Amino acid sequence: MVLAAIATAFLAFSLWVHHMFATNIPELGKSFFTAASAMIAIPTALQIFCWIATLRTGRLNFKTPLLFALAFFFILLLGGLTGIMLASVSLDLQVHDTFFVVAHLHYVLIGGAVFPLFGAFYYWFPKFTGRMMNERLGRWNFWLMFIGFNVAFFPMHLLGLRGMPRRVYTYPAEMGWGALNLVSSIGGAMVALGVLLFVVNVLHSRRKGAVAGDDPWRAGTLEWATSSPPPPGNFATPPVVASRYPLWSEGGIAGPVRGLADDRREVLVTSVLDAVPDHRAVMPHSTIWPFISAIAVTVLFVGSIFTPWAVVWGSVLAAVPLVAWFWPRKGPTRLNLQREVKP
Amino acid sequence: VIGEASSAPSPPNGGLHVGGLPTYVYGRRSMMWWGTLGLMAIESTVFALTIVTYFYLRSHSPVWPMSPAPGLLWGIVNTIIMLASAVPNYLAKRAAEREDLRMVRRWMIVCLSFALAFLVARGFEFGALNTRWDSNAYGSVVWMLLALHTTHLVTDTLDTAVLAVLMFTGPLEGKRFVDVSENAVYWYFVVASWLPIYAVIYWGPRL
Repeated sequence: MVLAAIATAFLAFSLWVHHMFATNIPELGKSFFTAASAMIAIPTALQIFCWIATLRTGRLNFKTPLLFALAFFFILLLGGLTGIMLASVSLDLQVHDTFFVVAHLHYVLIGGAVFPLFGAFYYWFPKFTGRMMNERLGRWNFWLMFIGFNVAFFPMHLLGLRGMPRRVYTYPAEMGWGALNLVSSIGGAMVALGVLLFVVNVLHSRRKGAVAGDDPWRAGTLEWATSSPPPPGNFATPPVVASRYPLWSEGGIAGPVRGLADDRREVLVTSVLDAVPDHRAVMPHSTIWPFISAIAVTVLFVGSIFTPWAVVWGSVLAAVPLVAWFWPRKGPTRLNLQREVKP
Repeated sequence: VIGEASSAPSPPNGGLHVGGLPTYVYGRRSMMWWGTLGLMAIESTVFALTIVTYFYLRSHSPVWPMSPAPGLLWGIVNTIIMLASAVPNYLAKRAAEREDLRMVRRWMIVCLSFALAFLVARGFEFGALNTRWDSNAYGSVVWMLLALHTTHLVTDTLDTAVLAVLMFTGPLEGKRFVDVSENAVYWYFVVASWLPIYAVIYWGPRL
């Protein structure tokens, strides 16, 4: 799964030219970017198979968050399939700048980003507010959005194949695109209604939702071990995690981390891969200087619009608060020295 | 109790006692090292992008360079100064890791003198570029390359100056030696990244 995500990111470096197949680029370049664009299907498929395996081996809780997650797989998969089609230069040239591309990109972006975002919101809402979102409204919200999305965007594939250009707000009546555009508009209205129900659900549940408790989903990961909403800093003392799913296994939380100071900002730093406790880093105190340096940097960049010399005197302006931010203070340094443990 | 990989003490009553761990460490165990690494990764990308821009412009231009090539003298002088500065820098880093304040002070002063020397030489380099940033595309990209690197020379000089003053005035604690040590890593980066930029600025127009 991790390798697939990294492979996707790596291939992404060499596929963006598929947006420019209709421009004047060398044929060899087109072949290369076609290959990269089609190849990204492989790690993406791997990720989808991993998700299916996770679902297959788990005990599913068919509530609103899971519905959004399943819709995310379904819609993203369809967007991916049209993506493989668009990777081919010949097909791409045919449907370039048509509604086929609009359909494809919405299946990818709304499927890949918006649906999981809604699912995540339903899932973690009880953690950050302490109250559950209404499940009944949630289901209405989901089905309106899911059906509405497909009704709105699926016809655009057909419109694109029938030649309707994108980025033009109107079209002649005799083109015969009217019926499908009407279907699309109805789907759009359904999505809008779904999002409206979401807003209603949030406002209602924020005050009147059922009290969630620490772990309403009986989930296995660490955030569900603290109260809902969590106190600042999440845990009074950091827990020692002894299992990948600390709340599902016996002794999954092996007690607290002891020995960190509570009168200065001391954090435990571990080794990178194995998380072996390594040292206690002492972090700086609160100070106004980062804010002042941010203002100075703003002045630098805004000034550079008007004169290149703003880069020079702006840098001087920004350097002063940065040095002041760094410069250690006597009192805290003396206390740090008393408690210093050398490496 | 705390997983296969851990070797930290874990008493049977649960929990993990970390009170005895060091409060600062050197090298890649330190967060400073990772921060410096991240900075170097980002800045290397910026240098690489600018060098690619240079050759992209060159590949699209019938005449290159569009202005006379830069004079060689100050580029060579500055390359020698920068390469030589690695020595006091190495000695400052070693002294810092031994926490030998007297030697840290001495070598930081030497580093700072080198820094002032390469800044002065950099001024002459700008003078010998034989083009202005707004003359043509060649001038723009050459100024961009040299200015980007100069930004790092100035930053490195300022960092070194602040740390050198701190070493004399205090207030000091152990982790300030980590700062000196990581400042040296950044310095190595500034010197090492100069070599490809030097090659492009001075030898790119002559190939």
